[in-house]
Amino acid sequence: MSVPLLQVKSLETQFKTPEGVIHAVNGVSFGLQEGETLGIVGESGCGKSVTMLSILRLIQMPPGRIVTGEAFFDGKDLLIMSPEDIRHVRGGHIGFIFQDPMTSLNPVLTTGAQLEEPLVLHLGMNKRQARDRAVELLGMVGIPHARERLADYPHQFSGGMRQRMMIAMALACSPQILIADEPTTALDVTIQAQIIELVKRLRDELGMAIIWITHDLGVIAGLAMQVIVMYGGCIIESAPVQELYAHPCHPYTIGLLGSLPRLDSQTHQRLYSIDGLPSVLFEKPQHCPFLPRCKWVIKRCSQENPALQEQAPSHCVACWAAPLDKGI
Amino acid sequence: MNMPQNEELLRVDNLVMHFPIYRGIVHRQVGAVHAVDGVSFSINRGETLGLVGESGCGKSTTGRTILQLYRPSSGKVYFNGIDLTELKREEIRYMRREMQMIFQDPYASLNPRMTVGEIISEPLLIHGMVKRSQIQEKVEYLLEIVKLSPTFANRYPHEFSGGQRQRIGVARALALRPSLIICDEPISALDVSIQAQIVNLLEDLQKELNLTYLFIAHDLSMVRHISDHVAVMYLGVIVEIADRSTLYNSPLHPYTQALLSAVPIPDPITDSQRKRRVLEGDVPSPVNPPSGCRFRTRCWLAQSLCSEQNPLLRSVGTNHLVACHLARS
Repeated sequence: MSVPLLQVKSLETQFKTPEGVIHAVNGVSFGLQEGETLGIVGESGCGKSVTMLSILRLIQMPPGRIVTGEAFFDGKDLLIMSPEDIRHVRGGHIGFIFQDPMTSLNPVLTTGAQLEEPLVLHLGMNKRQARDRAVELLGMVGIPHARERLADYPHQFSGGMRQRMMIAMALACSPQILIADEPTTALDVTIQAQIIELVKRLRDELGMAIIWITHDLGVIAGLAMQVIVMYGGCIIESAPVQELYAHPCHPYTIGLLGSLPRLDSQTHQRLYSIDGLPSVLFEKPQHCPFLPRCKWVIKRCSQENPALQEQAPSHCVACWAAPLDKGI
Repeated sequence: MNMPQNEELLRVDNLVMHFPIYRGIVHRQVGAVHAVDGVSFSINRGETLGLVGESGCGKSTTGRTILQLYRPSSGKVYFNGIDLTELKREEIRYMRREMQMIFQDPYASLNPRMTVGEIISEPLLIHGMVKRSQIQEKVEYLLEIVKLSPTFANRYPHEFSGGQRQRIGVARALALRPSLIICDEPISALDVSIQAQIVNLLEDLQKELNLTYLFIAHDLSMVRHISDHVAVMYLGVIVEIADRSTLYNSPLHPYTQALLSAVPIPDPITDSQRKRRVLEGDVPSPVNPPSGCRFRTRCWLAQSLCSEQNPLLRSVGTNHLVACHLARS
């Protein structure tokens, strides 16, 4: 394999709270190839968003702290870059779409002003060039009457339109990587479908790499090429998309897939439910983070946190009990 | 419990709920939000009707109007043959023993200053259903049936996770032994692995207590899982209603078809082989809904007839009603 576009190595992020130090990310490593779409799946609090925010140094410090780790992009470590340089990477080379388009747009600036800002800042365009490019971008994400709409404020747009705005902003400087943090969670299904189609089309046209963070295994199935499943701040499984859905190996992944009702299922089966709930990690897990909810516990699970190991070609699992007999 | 089946418990007849909009210093009414605009359906005892639609389509308002939390602008709601819209406040309060609600947001629907025990026993005390001396026993019983530890009774809501809070909400709804429960998006605020726990709990309770559910949700896969019948709403009207397998296997309304094709399937191979119908544009404003068929502005089949005449729900098969001029079975 060629050198990955983005290479993250043993990233650890913590947050200091009055209750104690929360270990949000505990040694996450992965690589992103050029043009690849990587899905990161996990439930709230599993560390998927914090991982991405850490890489771009968008964690507020304090209370946050990146303890160790490397994140190489284009031969440079994002985590030790000067603030000046990282600002150039954010928005310039790596675009970011956030979950809630209402709170991530500035309500007192026109959409035009917000869209032109990165163009002037990163690409050194003058006002006129920026305006033309902004019109072009809005057209690209499918907002009609682009030139007039640039004078509008975010509240004049609907939820789906706002998310299109966010995508246009993230793509303004033709980034090599687009990071999308639950971009469709706040949207209705028909609007979600519109946004996913849009992202697929733009991906094919512009050839950028995408990291798509979500809790929705359905969305990932249709979009990603490679999938990472996170639990308790650790990557517990990673595989190519078809392999993961066909042969999930980690008890958590198996449980998660089993707990989803399928639109195409003909029989009524009781949903598989994972007992218990995710725990807050006040210390670095010395055992498997999934241990309290797992049904396949063996002795070793409580003694050591399993590392990712290759089960099948390019299919890695962090589980001492794997391979499991698939009877749930 | 052995109750006769196929007995109609709830009938909603041409329910309309308009919220007036006032403007100016004289507070003149300038228009109305047509939240629910002539909705009719019925639910049999022990069954589940799933009510699906996108945000703003009026599904939650329908649920609230049934319980008379809003007094409807017009239309009838018959519960066990009694017309709720004719009742006085006191009488409705009495009827609420039979009809309870589970809310969407388990963080907002539990009073943070009350203990779990107080939250669950409040309806019992208000309705004078138990003596003070029996309350503890009753609370413990209710916590047990929602699979929570009886020791939780003295703790406060903030000590619990979303899934546990939702269980507390379920226990509160069950306290008065209602026959109808309106579940207003009970799982959409929860994590995936917790959603399955709550849905399984609701299904178990339904069997045990012969409950009737109106299950309001936007997650079509989950609605398919839990419902016997499904109604699809768009901009305040029901566009299609059928039993589960008919609706999901042979949807006739274009909106239902588009909605179903937009739901992602958690399987990359099946998902890539599906034909997708992506709707353009957004849902129009309910203040000023389109003339004729409300879906026509986004419909790929729309003809001139659609803007002239409002399609009424008509039967196209057993238990299958569609509101579309062009739908053919």
